[in-house]
Amino acid sequence: MSKKLESTLKNMVLCLFLMSVIMAGALGFVYKITKDPIEQADKQKEIQAVKDVLPPFDNDPTADARDMEGLKLYTATQKGEPVGYAVKTFTEKGFSGHFELMVGFKPDGTINKIVVLNHSETPGLGSKMKEPKFADQFNGMNIGTIPGKQLKVKKDGGTVDAITAATISSRAYCDGVQKAFNVYMNMLNKNQANVDTTSGATSKGGKK
Amino acid sequence: MLKYLTNGLWKENPTFVLVLGTCPTLAVTTAAINGIGMGAATTFVLVCSNIMIAGLKNVIPDKVRIAAFIVIIATFVTIVDLVMKAYTPDLYKTLGIYIPLIVVNCIILGRAEAFAQKNKVMPALLDGLGMGIGFTLAITFMGAIREILGNGSVFDIRLISQEARTILIFILPPGAFITFGYLIALMNRIKSKYSI
Amino acid sequence: MELLKIVILALIVNNVVLAQFLGICPFLGVSNKVGTSIGMGVAVIFVMTLANLVTYLIQYFILVPLHIEFMQTITFIFIIAFLVQVVEIILKKAAPALYQALGIYLPLITTNCAVLGIAILAVQKNYNLISSVVYAASIAAGFTLALILMAGIREQLELNGYPKGMKGFPLSLITAGLLSLAFMGFSGLVK
Repeated sequence: MSKKLESTLKNMVLCLFLMSVIMAGALGFVYKITKDPIEQADKQKEIQAVKDVLPPFDNDPTADARDMEGLKLYTATQKGEPVGYAVKTFTEKGFSGHFELMVGFKPDGTINKIVVLNHSETPGLGSKMKEPKFADQFNGMNIGTIPGKQLKVKKDGGTVDAITAATISSRAYCDGVQKAFNVYMNMLNKNQANVDTTSGATSKGGKK
Repeated sequence: MLKYLTNGLWKENPTFVLVLGTCPTLAVTTAAINGIGMGAATTFVLVCSNIMIAGLKNVIPDKVRIAAFIVIIATFVTIVDLVMKAYTPDLYKTLGIYIPLIVVNCIILGRAEAFAQKNKVMPALLDGLGMGIGFTLAITFMGAIREILGNGSVFDIRLISQEARTILIFILPPGAFITFGYLIALMNRIKSKYSI
Repeated sequence: MELLKIVILALIVNNVVLAQFLGICPFLGVSNKVGTSIGMGVAVIFVMTLANLVTYLIQYFILVPLHIEFMQTITFIFIIAFLVQVVEIILKKAAPALYQALGIYLPLITTNCAVLGIAILAVQKNYNLISSVVYAASIAAGFTLALILMAGIREQLELNGYPKGMKGFPLSLITAGLLSLAFMGFSGLVK
């Protein structure tokens, strides 16, 4: 067995220093190589989430996604014509706090589909909000046509069937979707206002 | 030589015999596939650091050996972290904070201290591989049990109907402790009864 | 109010050991006597609070401005190892009895996944300095709480007897499981 290097101060410092420098260098190298794939992976996930809630499109919705009131709005077009809008929304009112949804709207204001992006709700209870039994009831819903324009669970006087024994998660889900709808409506109204201004039309009374 | 490899698989299985690396064992075993992912990542770090430490053992002064081990292990862990973030983002998200925590996984520091710094490179490599595979098998097995009982599936393949009830507690924290406890007890029993 | 929420969440709702699975090794190793548990708990509170303070400064004044966030794991664990050394030296001088009692478990605080884990989590949750430090202290207090509860139960179990095959880890783990089950009752406590 060859003798180990002596634990003199010079040796210790030199060894640790050299090692740290080489390791840091190696890490920097790996970081450089993986930087792009990491960004790509993140972007792919975003695009996939949008794909999951909207009809087919041919643009890159992340390219001109807009941040509105803390949420993110994606526009999907097919041959230049909008086929839908996705809104990445969240709620803090979940049973375990924060979770995120992606809500897909058709240009006419109805909900196309909703997917849960991430959550820490109770498995077997709140987590059921991912299942079609709960999620599909929102498809085709137009919040604008609900009296009061508020999405609520039946228990609170609304129209949504909550998950049995998971009312809090269900309410939080509605909260998230409501936020998304409000942002979507704001966007539509802004667009409408732009169209009116550019076309020089006089503003028609009571636009909302 | 082969003995170095098979040691970690059963006789000194890091999870059920040495009871090292308990944090990821409890946290990650909610599904069988997580066990494989975590096991693979840990094995990679274990093998690489064992090789490096065995190779450099004569140029690392004794007084700073723990610090040196940590630098080496932490570097490999960060490499695994970056690579997983880039190429397996879903698994990366599921394993979450437990990937950087591989750095303090007692298995790795334990083997570095107990074995790698006292042996040549080849045995250290085999030891790392054996321990890593032993760990992977153990947590995948435990993950499968918890997944079957708590979710009715294994490796995401549903075994029972969508409507049937499952014993939810098994994928929640208490279930982790209890499953682990019983598995160790079972291991002890098998070992003492059949002397293997 | 926000701080109080952090304290309650960290202390009992998301207890570091019983719900988040961090710090299990020392938890199982030291919790056989109430006395040692208290000592370990205090040491951990000290190390964790300091660690979160220092790692916060390093993260936001060095790692981020230089765009080297990928060095987080290495630098954090280094800081923790250093702090543990410091605590060891202080304890040896100031409380030698405790130093002896803790034995090997003191340097093992370095590999306590809770310390590193919480330092990283505080950054991920975007806590500011005060919140991060309060978070660390509460988490460590939760660790101490779990440790003392466990030690109390284990001391009692030694007197009562149990199946031979369960000796050691299996018994501790199943006890921990029941404790964890009890603590689950706290979820939903804070909105």
